[in-house]
Parts: sequence; C-alpha cells; structure tokens
Amino acid sequence: MINFKRFKLDNGLTVLVHEDHNTAMAVVNILYKVGARDESPDQTGFAHLFEHLMFGGSVNIPSYDAPLQLVGGENNAFTSNDITNYYLTLPANNLETAFWLESDRMLSLAFSEKSLDVQRQVVIEEFKQRYLNQPYGDVWLKLRPLAYKEHPYRWATIGKEISHIEEAQMDDVKRFFTKYYSPNNAVMVVAGDVDFEEVKRLSEKWFGDIASGEEIVRNLSVEPKQTESRREIAEADVPVDSIYIAFHGPDRLSKEYQTMDLLSDILSRGSSSRLYRALVKNEPIFSEINAYLMGSIDPNLFVVEGKPSNGVSLEKAEAAIWEQLERIKAEFVEEEELQKVKNKIESTLLFSELSILDKAMNLAYYEALSSAEDYNKEVAKYDEVDAKQIKEVANMLFVKENSSTLLYKSNGGSNVE
Amino acid sequence: MEDQMLNRTIAPAFQPINKLAIHEPESFEYANGLKAFVFQSPELELIKFEFVFENHFDTHELTLMNTALSAMFKEGTSSRTSGQIADEIDFLGAYLMPEYSFDHTSLTLYTMHKHVAQVLPIVSDILQHSIFPQKELDTYVRNNKQSLEISLKKNDFIARRLFYQNVFGDNRYGAVPSPEAFDAITRESLLKLYNKQIQPSNCTLFVAGNVTKDVLAIVDSIFGQQWENTYSDRDKDLFVLGEVKSQIITDFKAESLQSAIRIGGHSINREHPDFPALQFVNTLFGGFFGSRLMRNIREDKGYTYSIGSAAVSLQHAGFFTIASEVGVDVTQATMDEIEKEFKLLGNELAEEDEIALVRNYMQGVLLGSLESIFSHADKYKAVYYSGMDLSYYDYYADVMNAMDPLKVQEIAHKYFDYDKMVKVVVGQLN
Repeated sequence: MINFKRFKLDNGLTVLVHEDHNTAMAVVNILYKVGARDESPDQTGFAHLFEHLMFGGSVNIPSYDAPLQLVGGENNAFTSNDITNYYLTLPANNLETAFWLESDRMLSLAFSEKSLDVQRQVVIEEFKQRYLNQPYGDVWLKLRPLAYKEHPYRWATIGKEISHIEEAQMDDVKRFFTKYYSPNNAVMVVAGDVDFEEVKRLSEKWFGDIASGEEIVRNLSVEPKQTESRREIAEADVPVDSIYIAFHGPDRLSKEYQTMDLLSDILSRGSSSRLYRALVKNEPIFSEINAYLMGSIDPNLFVVEGKPSNGVSLEKAEAAIWEQLERIKAEFVEEEELQKVKNKIESTLLFSELSILDKAMNLAYYEALSSAEDYNKEVAKYDEVDAKQIKEVANMLFVKENSSTLLYKSNGGSNVE
Repeated sequence: MEDQMLNRTIAPAFQPINKLAIHEPESFEYANGLKAFVFQSPELELIKFEFVFENHFDTHELTLMNTALSAMFKEGTSSRTSGQIADEIDFLGAYLMPEYSFDHTSLTLYTMHKHVAQVLPIVSDILQHSIFPQKELDTYVRNNKQSLEISLKKNDFIARRLFYQNVFGDNRYGAVPSPEAFDAITRESLLKLYNKQIQPSNCTLFVAGNVTKDVLAIVDSIFGQQWENTYSDRDKDLFVLGEVKSQIITDFKAESLQSAIRIGGHSINREHPDFPALQFVNTLFGGFFGSRLMRNIREDKGYTYSIGSAAVSLQHAGFFTIASEVGVDVTQATMDEIEKEFKLLGNELAEEDEIALVRNYMQGVLLGSLESIFSHADKYKAVYYSGMDLSYYDYYADVMNAMDPLKVQEIAHKYFDYDKMVKVVVGQLN
C-alpha cells in the first residue's frame, strides 16, 4: 500500500506526492508517455536515442548531470516500447535542484549538434553491446517481427537497425520534443522526505509557466488476430540451441492480465515452478527454461523460452514444452499451487515498497496506465483469480495458431542427438 | 505566489549533505560459537536472515568447491527432497538464496514476519542435514557446463577471466571455472567441505527487520541451542598472492563488433588507512557517470556505451579494475585515452570544483544507500569483515572532507600507475 496525494497544474502536468519520512532522501520521477510504439517504422529507435539527448543540456543549463551530482544526487532513465521514464534521487534538503533541472529540460533542450553526434555513437555502441555482440543478443530483433506484423511492437526499443540511428537528424529531434515532451504528456512523482505543500509550491514555481503541448491522439495499428502458427529458424555462432515460443495475450488493462501473470508464475517462477521442476530437475531436457509476460500496455506476448540440454534435439524440447502447456490447459491447478504464487505476489510487493524509488516508479507507471489508485488495488485482483480462470486463459493462449516459434540453432553442430 | 520572473540560469542554493547514521546492532554470542547481529526495524513486515560462513580451502585452490557448495545447499536434506524444499519456501512467499563470494559462502532468507516460525526450521535442516544427492549434483554440473560454454562466447566474460587469472594467479581469487573442474566435483568432496565449513562456530548471522522477542527466541532455540558443532580442528588457511606482471594480454576475435577491455592490478583493501581516499580517487577517475573516463570516452568521444572503474576490497587483498566494451575500430584509441587519463591524474592537480562535486556526490550516494534496515546490516557487515566497527564511517567522512588536490595526486601516485597494470583486450586491437 502506497499513500499519495495528487494535484494537477494548469498546463496539464500531473503531480503525485508520496511522503516517507523514514529516509533522508527524495526521489523525483518523471514519466513521459512516449515509447518505441510511437515511432514511425522507418525511424525506429528514436524514442530511446532521444532519452540520451535529454542529458545533453537544456535551454538554460548547459549540463544536466554535474549540478545534480554537486548536491549529492544521481539519476538515470529508461525507455520501453510504451514509456520513457526519468528518475533521480538526492538528499531531500536539496530537492529544489531537482525541480530546477527537470523543469528546464521540460521547457526546452539545448539541441546541441555535438550532443546528437556523440549520443548517436553511444547508442550505436549500446546496440552492438546488447544486441549484436552477445550470444542470442539479436533474438528480440527476430522474435518481435515474427509475432507482430502490424503493431509497432514489431520493433525493439533500440530500433530495427543501426542505420535508423545513424540517420537521425536534429529536425526530427526537435519535432519529437515538441510533440511528446510537454507537461500534459507527463506524470511527475515526488517521494521521500518531502512535504506535500512544499512540493506543490515548487511545482508551481518551476513547472507552472511551461506551455502545454498538443493532445496526443494515438492511432496505432492494431495487430490482427493470428490465425496460423509461425516458425522461423535462425542459425548463429552460439554453442547451444535455444527455443522461443511467443503467444499473443491480452493487454495490460484487460481483466485477464493478472490471471495470465499468475499462469506464468505457476509455470516458471522460482525453483518450485512446473517447467523448472519437470524439464530441468526431474528430466534433463532443458538446462534453463522460463515463461514470462512482456507486460506491455497494448496486447501482450506470453513467452516460453529455453535451452535444451546437451544431446536433446529442439524437436524433443519443443514437444516437452507443449506437453506441459497441454497439461495446464486440461487440468485445474491445485488450490495450494495457486495459493503459492499468490503468496509470492504478496511478499514481492512488500519488497518493492522498501525503496522510495520503486514506489515512485510504480505510482508513475500506474498513473500513466490508468490511475495510481490502481496500484493499491492490484493485490486484490490477483487474489480473486481462481483455478477456472487459469485454465480458461491457458486455453485461450496456448494454441498453435496463436504461436510464433523461433528456433535459434547453433551452427557449430554440437547439439545433435 | 512567486512574484519575480524566474531566473532559470541560476541554480537554487543547496545544503550540506547530512552525515550517515547507521544503527548499532544488538549482538549475541552462543555457546556453540555462533555470533548474531540484530538490526531492529519494527515497522517492517519483512525479515532478512543472512548466515555467513567463511570459506575454507584445503585442497588445491582452483577447484569450484565453494561455489558448488553454495549452489547445492538447498538441493536436498536427509528428510526433504530438493522439490520439497522449493515448494515449502515458495509457498511461504519466502526467498532463500545461497550466495558465494571470494571470501564467504552465505545463505540468505527473506521472509514475512508471520511465517518466521515455519520457515526457519527448513533453513536449520539445510544447514545441518544437507545430503547433496547425486542426481541433483549431476544436474548442477550439466547445466553449469552448458552455461559456461555460452559465457565463453562473451568477450567481457573472457576478459574478466583473463584479468583475474593474471592479477591473482594460482589461488582462490584467480580461480576460474572450467568444464574439467565441474566434472571433478564429487558428492563426497562436497559433503566433506560442508561438514567442515557449515558449522555454527564458522557462522555469523545477521538478522534485520521486525525482530520481535518470539523471533529471537526461535533463533536462540534452533540455531543457538540445537545446532551443534561437529567439526572443530579447522586450520587458519594460508593465502598467497601471486605476482603481477604488467603486460598486455590480447585474445583476438575476428567476428567481434566490440572489444572488451580490462585494466587493473593489485591494490589495498579496506583495512588500509588509504582505502577511503583510494575510493574517492577511483570515483573521480572512473567510478560514476560524471567520472573522467566516462566524460571523455563516452560523453566526448562516443567510443562506448559505458566505461567504469572500481576499487574492490577483499579479505586478503584488494584490486583496482577498469572495464568497458568499445567498438573494434576505436579499441586502440580507447586504450590511448585511458593511458592519457592516468598520466593526467598523476601529473596535474585536480580542480577544487571537481573535488567538491565528487565529495558531495559520494556523500549523497552513501546517504541514499541506506534505503532500509537491510542496508544498515550490509554496511555493518562490510566493516565487520574488515575487523573494524561503525566508527569506520566517521573516519571515512573525515577523509572525504579532507580530500584536496594534493591528496588526490598523492593517492594517484601511490595506486594509479598505468605502467604497472595488467591490460586485457578481447576482440580486436588494431
């Protein structure tokens, strides 16, 4: 349970305040409602590149990082397919520095050519480091376009290819800023050793005179219902084969979301989970196996992925996964097994509430999604899920026609039976 | 109402950063030799129990025995199978995590207060009656050999391995896993190590959270009274640090898009009075986003997504390391820039402004690292295992405050000698 209060400035900026006086620190988290799904197909990776440019100086302040570090603060940011989130922590007695820095970059950036040149290079190196120069690093560059044919989730946040980043121009940067980085498209959460009235005063003072932007109307392509199973085989210089099966599932706000999440927990959370017990421990079919949700706002992917043990063929491994999926479609889960994953939800939530930063991020995310109040209703939604719903959702998801399978093969040939 | 036009070019005034106040724990010592430190935070619903054992090495140090011991702890006892342990722990919403570091093997339990009485007996069973079933050991060996194969395709992994081997040599800190070493692990040798090492007299327990009287009573009864030492003649083990030869080690990878770089060498550990000052200079040099290495090599040149350095304190040694992954076409240029930064650090005095920024940043981060009672326990643990107490943090604060350009240079001369370091490049150095 996280307590908070909310107010809204005239320019549309929503501000949430969570007071926690057990800490000497404060967090300022600003979420902009823009992600890779808002990019055009020929300019992918832009939202993420833009995130880097937000640290390249703003209209009145040449450096973002140094003044924050000088008052004992640190910061970071991340971009997903749905959102871009900026966060900083600092000693609470220096809170105003955060308002000064964040409001200036919401007002306008410096738009420095040098920063654009350097950050293009940095992001290209990031592309290489995380996606191209790692075993299995490019899996998502292959699996996304296999599973999504229309919706912009078909590309990763880093972008489809390096050339899209190389070609990014300053005019695009400015347009993107004007469209998406406006107070009415942002949620700010201030948490920690702070006072609601003081946050209100500082918000008015620093953010009050920033002009509103246009209202964002999203018109994203809807992914058509998949009607036949898809399959792709990739070969690469990896020592071990790997298999990925992606199923389309409902969106983040659908009533089945929590059921789908618990389903993934039953299959794969912790060392007592079904897939791990059956396919790693009891029978040596996989060396590792996981099932998880992408957790995206628009219709999701439910992914099962694993690496077969030495000497086990991909065919046998794939059949073993399906056997487990068919079982959970055919039989009700035991009450105790369902209770187990619900108990884990309860304790995980307690952990996430140890940190003011986690609390601030959660409030911002739920506010952007629907409303921050929903964060506090989440546990109850999980608690209501029953075995019948688990079975229904399993039957909705785990059908061949709804699956995209990527077989990622070792070209070294060490894995043949 | 704010009446004046806002001048956004002027930073708001800022305050000095408050000093750290770390909770002093309550300490207990039981007849069986177990020591316990208790950190109270009554409003919390969670409790953390961390059982820390000092590592012992009696055969050749290059084995993976301690790693395997920690990973295999919860894979079966005389009365519970691996599956039963997993089910019971997960059902209670608890997390039970064996951890291994160079100097310690630990078993950490996070649990909700309401389940303490149910979950602690499982931990007690694991600490006293693990049997390391052959089937589970086979699974462990099989899976770890496979994941090692995958890791060996990662340049940063190979670079780290070469680095440790060449900096530490033939001992526990320089040991790296190999398929043969995994194959050599036997059930008998694991049991032998378990019987020697997992004993109350070799254990320190850190408990943090809502540690109520009834929780303490359970700890006292299960771990203080019922847990018996069954092994006593443990020798103080000897540690010999290898010689470091300054050299460039390269591992050419024709297909790589990026090279992994590691540079570093032996250094001091926390027991040495210079350690806080070394940490300071490390931070200024490569230890945070605003460091010299990061500003030059990422933010000015764009050669890398990230570059960083660290000063690490171990029980018997310390080391300094720089790590980065950079484009193959700019690998040599990066090496040149790193060398330039070392020379600059030694040859020119740092500006007062830079020192003030690093000081404030470090004080702020330290303050922020005290997130919950669990972090208080971690801070205490760090000094405890260096044979010190919480007054270390006062000393640390004094050193931070006293840092000036001359002191930075002195530390640079003593501990940042590029010519003496090991340089590892995996990828392409053109």
